[in-house]
Amino acid sequence: MTSRRDFIKISLIGAGVVAAGAGTYGLIRNFSGKEIKPGKIDDLFRTPTYCEICFWKCAGWVYKSPDGSIWKVTGNDEDQHCNGRLCPRGTGGIGAYYDSDRLRTPLIRTEERGRQVFREATWDEALDYTASKMKEIASRYGPHTLALFSHGSGSSYFTTLFRALGTDNIAEPSYAQCRGPRDDAFLATFGEEVYSPEITDIRDTKCLVLIGSHLGENMHNGQIQEMSDAIDKGAVIITVDPRFSTAAGKSKYWLPIKPATDMALLLAWMHELIYNDLYDKKYVEKYCTGFDQLKAHVKSYTPEWAYGITTIAPDLIRNTAKEMANASPSVIVHPGRHVTWYGDDFQRSRAIAILNALLGSWGRRGGFYMPARVELASFKIPPFPETKVSWQDAFPGKYPLASTAVSNLLIDASIPENNPAFPVKGWLVNATNLLASVPDVRNTLKAIQNLDLLVAVDTMPMEITGWADVVLPECTYLERYDSLRASPHRRPAIALRMPATEPLYDTKPGYWIARQLAIKLGLGDYFPFEKQEDLLDWQLKQVGSSLDEMKRIGVKNFEREADDIYFKDGDDISFPTDSGKIELYSKYLEDAGFEPLPVYTAHEEPPEGFYRLIYGRAPMHTFSRTINNPYLTDLMEENSVWINPKVAKEWGITNDQYIKLKNQDGVVSDFPVKVRVTERIRWDSVYIVHGFGHANRKLTRAYGRGASDTQLITNVKTDPIMGGTGMRSNFVTFVTGEAEEGLGA
Amino acid sequence: MRYAMAVDTRKCVGCSDCVVACQTENKVPIGYCRDWIVEVNDGTYPQLEMEIRSERCNHCSNAPCVRCCPTGASHIIKGGIVLVNSVKCIGCGACIASCPYDARYPHPGGYVDKCTFCNHRLEKGMKPACVEVCPTKCLYFGDLDDPGSEVSVILKKRKWKTLIPEAGTRPELYFLV
Repeated sequence: MTSRRDFIKISLIGAGVVAAGAGTYGLIRNFSGKEIKPGKIDDLFRTPTYCEICFWKCAGWVYKSPDGSIWKVTGNDEDQHCNGRLCPRGTGGIGAYYDSDRLRTPLIRTEERGRQVFREATWDEALDYTASKMKEIASRYGPHTLALFSHGSGSSYFTTLFRALGTDNIAEPSYAQCRGPRDDAFLATFGEEVYSPEITDIRDTKCLVLIGSHLGENMHNGQIQEMSDAIDKGAVIITVDPRFSTAAGKSKYWLPIKPATDMALLLAWMHELIYNDLYDKKYVEKYCTGFDQLKAHVKSYTPEWAYGITTIAPDLIRNTAKEMANASPSVIVHPGRHVTWYGDDFQRSRAIAILNALLGSWGRRGGFYMPARVELASFKIPPFPETKVSWQDAFPGKYPLASTAVSNLLIDASIPENNPAFPVKGWLVNATNLLASVPDVRNTLKAIQNLDLLVAVDTMPMEITGWADVVLPECTYLERYDSLRASPHRRPAIALRMPATEPLYDTKPGYWIARQLAIKLGLGDYFPFEKQEDLLDWQLKQVGSSLDEMKRIGVKNFEREADDIYFKDGDDISFPTDSGKIELYSKYLEDAGFEPLPVYTAHEEPPEGFYRLIYGRAPMHTFSRTINNPYLTDLMEENSVWINPKVAKEWGITNDQYIKLKNQDGVVSDFPVKVRVTERIRWDSVYIVHGFGHANRKLTRAYGRGASDTQLITNVKTDPIMGGTGMRSNFVTFVTGEAEEGLGA
Repeated sequence: MRYAMAVDTRKCVGCSDCVVACQTENKVPIGYCRDWIVEVNDGTYPQLEMEIRSERCNHCSNAPCVRCCPTGASHIIKGGIVLVNSVKCIGCGACIASCPYDARYPHPGGYVDKCTFCNHRLEKGMKPACVEVCPTKCLYFGDLDDPGSEVSVILKKRKWKTLIPEAGTRPELYFLV
């Protein structure tokens, strides 16, 4: 069987051949080295940054008051991620700096895990302790028994450290708890993923289809801006959501689908497009493979068939299919971002990819543009030692097509009773609050109790830092350099983050922490630059810039190497898939023992008196990490549970009442949550915003506010293809009485 | 000169960026705000409608807060901007009671505070902080006496409404519907 890593290797080779032959489409396109001059620079009393409050990484400026204190952060006009406009979290980013609950000094645990009893330590002590424990684990059990869990800009430094140790146990919850199924499904179909920021050409689209994607509540800045542009230009928006989301409120068509049935709708849309000749025939003939199999496959998936499953009227399915076809190829069936819902998420994402292929939107204006990025040079460091035992070897054969390490697999491998081929013994957790991001908290806690070492790097006390043996306090993004941002976009570009001020308290940048650990582990050669700014300056000079220049402009845009943002009519294109075509029918999946075409599977239904737990985002918060930010807490200090008025009436529950939620496995939310009785949610579901219900008392604003969805997600449907944790098969009922007063009341 | 703002309710997603940008720009103490979001829902599932509005002081031409102010702290300057002179203000709260839009709050510094249309920025030729930050570009600002200003243009092009017109305050905050 071809593993995912081999597949990518093949893809790269494929792309090389393509470059010599036809177009250069297929993998990320390059920059020309030719700079685009920025507009006027009117203020020199500011320092550049890019935001770390979410993954969108908008570039901005940090302004200070005359007394030297940080005043405000605004967007950089030259930046494609934000176009000069930060979102509420970016604007409120200064709250991360001013939060008086921040971690202030290294901590070492003095009592058993589960009780937050630490002593303050010096950096030297804390790093020595960490390094000696890591060394001990690596030499006694092998480096493959150490695992890194990471998120955000600091990931690259700790990744270097772990690769230098000789392990590929490097996992980001943003993969298996979020966008992994989507990325891998698009890779399997187009040979290319949708990247971050997504390559959705929303500003020029004529039809935007959102499948449970709540743009406007998830504040993916560039996409929100472009959705607004699309509204101005009269684009048709179709939103599929059991909840009347903000986006649904802006839509011409809202399809209030029965939860967990999206696949039936997607198949019916395919049926409509194919059997009514509404698909882009020329595009499909030229670029796709497996159309005949797909056509036969969706023959029986009529709108009438889907109606019985989705509760969406057949005419509505037909009309929306027509709207998409009318807009084709300027149509986007949005791939979404957080897509780990039901355990067949890879296949649902495949269905979305296939729909886009049928509509000819990939590589077309108003569909998906082909991104370009600046290739930053890597400074020469010693080669990493060979990974003798891979994360995949912990449970051989599991999640065979995962393109990167699966966080939940590494957690499972830390529990000896699961009989992993090797038990993971030590974790380093960087900037991700695993107890609020990975479902089945009980399982994660069990894993933690079996560890020899748990190190947490963070800026804030979080649930995970409360369980750590060593806490290494990082300074916030406003107080540090980080790697250059070189995300793919319409134009290749780079952005600089630099400290606006000295770090508060005894906190340090992630780069410094990783490097010091490396030195103490005898791996200092992998971090040849003592100061990160010297590395950045070296890298910048390789692309014709410098640290001095970037300090002045913050963002530098370049011309693309070629005019290849969209396919041109009649272009011969070889896609970086095994067949060189867009794979409607996937032999790659078939060979791995999975369905080559997406099929509908019925998912679990809520038992009597229970409601499906749906969770999502609020525009002013990112996961659990911003809940204590003073500015953002001020905008939203607790989540509420949305209950349909019919259900509320049945239960005698009223608006603003505090209740607790109990799930199908008897897990009761730690804290009471406020009720919002609203027509905006279906009667078979309830909705809460993710990230609330913090249990760490050291978070003085966030502690005890609202309910944690993660805590209530114990029925996890893991995607057998790539390990994504499906989290929407959990059902809750209401506990009234004991919880009438909110903690905040 | 007559400053006015138009809010496109079809684009506003209620993210509250205007609120926090105003707070940081104007150093509004945490726990208070000069602008805010209102969400209005109508209908029964699944026949629903939603309107989201970014609201603030309406900078009324016929401002009850100015008329009722006993010290003259509340006043109207060039361009029709309603301001509070924090030195003259005794914090009596008459203006707060008189405002039909609930646009004023008692600042912990002992005076009443409200939206200024970011007068300090207008003087430098910049737009209000909320307008400049809005990710959906749903806020339009300018001079109604200038037919070419973006607010004049959009109000000519689109249907709009004002809030509580029956109060007779002649508000200068318009909502595009």
